[in-house]
Amino acid sequence: MAAVRMKSRLITLKSSGARIEVAEAGKGRDLLFLHGAGGHMLNDPLLAALATRYRVVAPLLPGYGRSVGEDDLRDMLDFTLHALDVMEKLDLKKPIVVGHSMGGMIAAEMAAIARTEVSKLCLLAPAGLWLDDHPVVDLFSKLPYELPALLFHDAEAGKKLMTAGSGNMDDPEFLKQFLVMNARRLGMAGKILFPIPDRGLAQRLYRIRARTLIIWGREDALIPAVYGKAFRKAIRKAKLVKIARAGHAVGQERPDAVLEAIRKFF
Amino acid sequence: MKFTWFHLMPWPHMPDDFRQKHRSVWVDLPNRMYEPELGHGVYHRYLDQLEYAENVGFDGIGVNEHHANAYGLMPSPNLMAATLTRRTSRAALVVLGNSIALYNPPLRVAEEFAMLDVLSGGRLIAGFPVGTSMDTNYAYGTIPALTREKYAEAHELIRRAWAADEPFAFNGRYTKLRYVNCWPKPIQRPAPPIFIPGGGSVETYDFCLDNTYSYSYLSYSGYLRAKLLMEGYWKRVAERKADESPYRAGFAQVICVADTDAEAEKLYGPHVSYFYNRCLHVYPGFADAPGYRTIKTIQTGALSQFTQSGRDYPNMTWKDLTENRYVVAGSPETVRQQMEELIRSLRVGNIFCLLHVGDMPDDKVRHSTRLFAEKVMPHLRNLWPEWNNHDDRFWVHPMNEPVPMKVAAE
Repeated sequence: MAAVRMKSRLITLKSSGARIEVAEAGKGRDLLFLHGAGGHMLNDPLLAALATRYRVVAPLLPGYGRSVGEDDLRDMLDFTLHALDVMEKLDLKKPIVVGHSMGGMIAAEMAAIARTEVSKLCLLAPAGLWLDDHPVVDLFSKLPYELPALLFHDAEAGKKLMTAGSGNMDDPEFLKQFLVMNARRLGMAGKILFPIPDRGLAQRLYRIRARTLIIWGREDALIPAVYGKAFRKAIRKAKLVKIARAGHAVGQERPDAVLEAIRKFF
Repeated sequence: MKFTWFHLMPWPHMPDDFRQKHRSVWVDLPNRMYEPELGHGVYHRYLDQLEYAENVGFDGIGVNEHHANAYGLMPSPNLMAATLTRRTSRAALVVLGNSIALYNPPLRVAEEFAMLDVLSGGRLIAGFPVGTSMDTNYAYGTIPALTREKYAEAHELIRRAWAADEPFAFNGRYTKLRYVNCWPKPIQRPAPPIFIPGGGSVETYDFCLDNTYSYSYLSYSGYLRAKLLMEGYWKRVAERKADESPYRAGFAQVICVADTDAEAEKLYGPHVSYFYNRCLHVYPGFADAPGYRTIKTIQTGALSQFTQSGRDYPNMTWKDLTENRYVVAGSPETVRQQMEELIRSLRVGNIFCLLHVGDMPDDKVRHSTRLFAEKVMPHLRNLWPEWNNHDDRFWVHPMNEPVPMKVAAE
């Protein structure tokens, strides 16, 4: 795939004073992308694929990248209203709102709460539901070396993607930076995902009016694909597409297939 | 100096292949390993040992709170302290402590600590730990990045509840109470002395100084490795221009006393090994949930959590553990020398003595305890003469004439 250069800028929300980093690339219809608990990958393959067809606008939550203002976001409503504030500030034209994992949970909440403001919704292996018979894996107690196998169907390829451009873990200065980054990101994610990623979304999904595409990797080891069915059943105008040979990071592992599904649906 | 005989109350029946069979002593260790009828005897033996410690002259006896683990069997240290109020009469009851962010409402802690202070006639020392990540986040489900804000609010509520003489409303973010009305209230006014267990969070230094609380460093890696952290604390004390009372600080130390150094190894070696290899066998993924530590602490914290998990306990011999002072062990004279070095080098007025170690049987616990009390402690009493070996701000104030206890069977 052609290398796509993401540009990055900072915006400030007047209401909270939060400073938000926004990555952007591509031309076409507006597509708002909300990342998962891990944030953006370096040269993220999904963002690159989406940018070949859409104008991708991908804000980072406080705690991720250069975005700050995490102290004011504590619970699900805070996160949801923050994301709606960011969307408003970005002044997008009827964007397709795409959210992966934690970002999918936030996107679904946005669509449930602001039902007229989100008309096109794409959920990539979203968090937010809990089925007793299919517990979501406890991401927070995992050690870094366990993550590739948890997130990717092809763990070796996933490991390469995840460690691309990273430094040497034996270097104390790098290790410290890594720990700070990890604590900021997952500390923030924990506010809506820890210890169980259920903040009552199930009882609000009925409100979603947006046309909704749900995409799941068949081999998702973090949030099993059975959750896809639960989302589809609870959202009125929803379609579920399962993608073979893909894990939880379905968009990073099979970017072309995800792009294709989005293009077909919207 | 103040010496507190501290019990962790570990499960002493973990099998020899524990490390191979289980990834963690905490959080997800199946509780089929716990045998309640054996536990009955274990609890009473442990309580007897705490009472024995008062008999032989310790200033305090101590218990603490942990959850979902075989390392320490006290989800409720207050229950243990309550039984001790009836069977002891002099020692301070050091409950180190209640993880105040975990209680809903945290007023429960104000009430139970007040009950303990009244029951004991004003002998309670109250500890307010944040709690380990294993306990607070994984076992009790507190959101890591909100733990400290919750803790701070709980602290404010408890202090105000103890201080008030009339009901008041408390509109916190995590706790909303229209009527805060703490019945009973503690004997010690405005509050029992408060100890804060710390593990290197820099914010905790200021919290202790702001409130005149004693900073208690609970580590199992001994006083040589504690020096850096305690120097950070004392540097902060100096920066804040607070007085340098050694009673502003305490340290926990594993101690084994025998008649000779060689005898100490023979008597206690296996139990020390049990402690370091089984009781401290924590899965690193449970040790530090992301968000549990503040960014500032990680930036200044010298990667303490990594040095902790990277430590090679299984391959550490008795010689490694004692020469590096993880464990202070040996004859009374050896132990006296090392304890003096510990007390002076860390500048601490409180020692939490860990004389029950791992799966140590009762007779050895008492032997070590008695030797420490008779042959070590007296020589360490006068190390802070410029402070008259006591600081009123950091120790209990029992009432003058408590009722004498009568044990029903007598």
